[in-house]
This record gives sequence, structure tokens and C-alpha cells, in this order.
Amino acid sequence: MRILRAIFGHGSGRIGGVIVGIYLVLAILGLLGLTPHNPITQYRIDRLHAPSAAYWMGTDLFGRDVASRLMAGIGQSFTVAFFSVAFAALAGTVLGLAAAWLGRRWDGVLMRIMDVLLAFPAILLALLIVTVAGPGTWTSVVAIGIVYTPIFTRVVRGPALSLKTREFVDAARTFGSSSSYIVTRHLLLNLVAPLTVQVTLALAWALLTEAGLSFLGLGTQPPAASLGLMLSDSRNLMETAPWLMIFPGLAIMISILGFNLLGDALRDILDPKMRRALA
Amino acid sequence: MTYLLRRLATFPLVLLGVSILVFVAIRMVPGDSITAMLGTEAGLLTPAQRDSLAAYFGIDQPWFVQYWRWIGGILHGNFGISVTYGRPVLDVILERFPLTLELAVLSMIIALLVGMPAGIYAATHNEKLSDLGVRVAAMIGQSTPSFVLGLLIIYTLSAGFGVLPAMGEFAPLWQDPLRNLSQLILPAITLGFAFAASVTRIARSAMLDVLSDDYVRTARSKGASARSVIWRHALPNALIPVVTLSGIEFGYLLGGAVIVEQIYALPGLGRMVLDAILQRDYALVQGTVLFIAFNFMIVNLLVDLAYVALDPRIRLGEQ
Repeated sequence: MRILRAIFGHGSGRIGGVIVGIYLVLAILGLLGLTPHNPITQYRIDRLHAPSAAYWMGTDLFGRDVASRLMAGIGQSFTVAFFSVAFAALAGTVLGLAAAWLGRRWDGVLMRIMDVLLAFPAILLALLIVTVAGPGTWTSVVAIGIVYTPIFTRVVRGPALSLKTREFVDAARTFGSSSSYIVTRHLLLNLVAPLTVQVTLALAWALLTEAGLSFLGLGTQPPAASLGLMLSDSRNLMETAPWLMIFPGLAIMISILGFNLLGDALRDILDPKMRRALA
Repeated sequence: MTYLLRRLATFPLVLLGVSILVFVAIRMVPGDSITAMLGTEAGLLTPAQRDSLAAYFGIDQPWFVQYWRWIGGILHGNFGISVTYGRPVLDVILERFPLTLELAVLSMIIALLVGMPAGIYAATHNEKLSDLGVRVAAMIGQSTPSFVLGLLIIYTLSAGFGVLPAMGEFAPLWQDPLRNLSQLILPAITLGFAFAASVTRIARSAMLDVLSDDYVRTARSKGASARSVIWRHALPNALIPVVTLSGIEFGYLLGGAVIVEQIYALPGLGRMVLDAILQRDYALVQGTVLFIAFNFMIVNLLVDLAYVALDPRIRLGEQ
């Protein structure tokens, strides 16, 4: 509750929060199929219909309602973004904590593996994984998740290493606390703030990557709707039906903007240095 | 110096990891290069023909023999033969690389030319309306995917002015500089836009940090002019985060801008590697990925060395 109040007391947090909130509602409606029209029904008689009262954002080449497809696409994009970031945050946290806590050889081996993953440009690694496993929703989740894992590992390992040498960890050890207790209680709890910020920013990035993969035809497969796919399909009809490009384009942009604003606000709110400065 | 040597010593290790990863990954893609090359006609091959093709490509051997041959070849400067181009992999890569490099350089120039002044301006006008304007613009810029911007640019040009971006046969810089620039300027703006926004944001926050430092206050109280405080005292220190960010971004761009190259139909590294993956051109994918990873590591190393040049207090390797 306090964090919500803090977000809404923060200029960009308020805007970001509202945007993300609206998108969440649209995503849920899209996933539940509560859209103005059926997103894959083809109203052939109304092909390439400009935006109107019946079709708020017009129809596409097959006479499908763009607004409904947009909602379904947002649902699709958010599903991929949430699961992939959850995957990366979980894997990255476990690996980062393990590297920091076990130290020495484990740290060396784990971080070198992360270096290997980081030596790939992100989209290239995602492309490679998608081609290996075949395009689809869950492949995108795994691909984006793996790409983002090294970043979470680094975000966790650095602070965990410095926390490990702090007095309270020594004290806990003297009291006879088990390793798993110290790692989860003392290390992990102190990492919640940087992780929250990273998760929010990662969501923005995951939405971008999902749209990019779908744009290249390697993400969500037709006839299912996805923002990147809609944008890609709009290319040849740009001049006759600009609404096919403008609405999905804006939808992607604003969703990323929302998470970026929210992430910035959370960083301001949760960064201990800033908090002290504000107090 | 020892830091440099130690960093260079990790290069072969990471590259080895990358090579294994890509080698294994590309072999897990269903189908092989013979089917990818011949399509349905591959079914018409007699077993003998198929075997001799497999032997020609070296894919009749167990994977570790293939891997060993590949690595051994690379150590002799031989990256193998691309199935789709029928030419040495390194030649194909080096033919595509100038475009990718040029695009990356142009985008970085645009990003720095726009981002640095904007960031410094916002920092020196902190909390004023103009600062807010710059911040909002930078936030929007950072949230605009390159493919959305690229399509918007093409749409605006074609619908508003009836022109299409210069596509067609790509003209290398040294043959026809003007035509080359006219082909690359829009892609460079497309890639440089979000990049400029990131530079603006980081330059602004770095500058704000530095401007509140004691030594800047001292310089001010000594009576140094506002201009001298900003340019001589504050800017050099504020440059460090900007260099880091630009370096990392530049490193990524050297890997090819798959989507932007696709939108503007540019024959760069990114599109080539996408096609190579889809065509299961093993040698080409492996060679290109290794090439990209190597560049990326070199750029990161240069970024680290640039820190030392900018801030002699930093001793690398002692973190």
C-alpha cells in the first residue's frame, strides 16, 4: 500500500502507473476474449474499413476488427513479457545468489557462462533460440527469459557479494543460522528493491523484444494477434490503410513508455541513497 | 597493463563458450543444410548423392569431429564455406560488415550530437520548463522501438511527400559517397533516435551529479565563469557514464540491426545472419556469431580503457 501511495505521489510514477494499469485491464479483457468483435472473425464485406463507430480502429485486409486484435495482441504481448521476465528474474536471482554465496570456483564458472550469454547481441541470441525451438508463444518466453537472465544475475550478484561481508551476516552466522536462512532472509530481502526496479525495466524491454520477434515472423504465429505481427502486416498497406500501422505502433510505444516511467519512479523511490536524500 | 593482459586472456575462453553454444544450437534446428539448400528436391537425391553431399559439407562426421575441424580451421583463418553463397564465410562477412559498421558509426554520431547538448542543457536548466521538455522528449524517444519509428518515417515520407527512401542496389561509401549517405541516413536516424534519448538521459543525470560536487562549488566560488565550470570542470567527469553507454550501444549495433536492416532492405550483417539461421547455413551462422561476439568484446574492452583515459583515478582490475 505504501509503495502504491509513493508511486502515485511521484510525477512520472503516476503517469506510468495509470498507463500500465490501463494496459493490464486491456490485456486481461483481450485474453478473456471480451473484445468488441472476435479478433479472428473475418468480416469480408468490411475489408480495410477506416475507423468508424462499428470498428473503432478500422479493419484489416481480411476484415478483422483492429481494435479487438489490438486487445488480443496486448494480452499476448503481456503474457510473453510477464512469463519471460518471471523466468529471467527467478533464474537470475538463484544464479546470482549462488555465485555470490558459494564464491570462488562456482562464482568464476557461473559468471563466465553469463559472459558468454552477454557476448551475444540480445536479439541475435533470441533469434537463435527461437529458430532452434520453432516459433511460438512459449518459445518466445524462454528465449527472452534466457537473454535477460545474465542481467538479473549481475544485478543480484554484485550487491549480494557486498551484503555477504556485512556484520549482520557474520552475526547471523555466529547465532548458528543456516546458509539457506541467511541467503533468503538477509541477502534476498535486501535485494528486493533493486530487483523490483529491474523487473519493471525488464518488462519494457521484454515487450520490445516480443514485438521485434513477432515483427520478424518468429514470435506469435498467425492467425493469433500480436502487436509486432500487426505492425509487420501493415507494411504493404501503409498508404491505403495507415490505421493498420498507427494503432499497433502507438500501442507498443505507449506500453513501453508506461513501464519505463514506472521503472524510473520506482528507482527514485526505492534507491536507498535517494530515500535518505529525500528524508 | 596487467589488467589488459588479464582481460585479453579471458577472450579465448568466452569465445570458446560462444563457439560451443552456437555450434550446438544451430545443429539442434530441425533439418540440415542439404534440405535447406535443395528444399523438396532433396527428397529426389539418391542415397549415394546425399552421402557425397554430406561428405562435401563435412556433416557426415560425428559432431565433435565437425567441431574440431571448424575450430582448427578458424585458427588457420579459415571459417569454412557458406552453403548459400558458395564462398568463404569470412569473405561474405567482410563484404557485409562495412555497411553495419558505417550504420553504427552514423547512429552514434547522431546520438552524441543530439544527446550531449540536450543533456547538458537540461542539467544546467534543472527543474525549469525546458528541462521538463527535454526529459519528456527523451523518455518518449527511449520508448520508441526502432521498427515503429522506421515505419513512421517511411509512411510520413511516402504519404506526405510522395517519396520513398533510397533503396535498391546498395552503394558502398568509397564508390558513391553521396548515394551511400542518402541510403543510410534514414536508417541511421531510426537507430540513432532511441540512442540519442538514452545519451540525453545519462548525460543529464551525470551532469547533475557532477554539478553538485564540492569541487564544482569551489570552482564557482573562485569566480570561474559558468561556461568554464561546465566545459572545463564538470563535463570531463560527466563523460564517463556517457562513454560507457555509447560503447555498449555501439557494440550492440556492430552485431547488425536485424529489424532496421529488414525495414530499409539493407544488406547488412543483421539481415544476413537472420537469413543464414533460417537457411541453416551452419558455417555462416557460426562464423558470424563468433565475429560479432569478438567485436562486442573488443568494444567493451575499449570502453574500459577509455575510463582510465578520462579518469586517471580509476585503476582497472581493482574493483
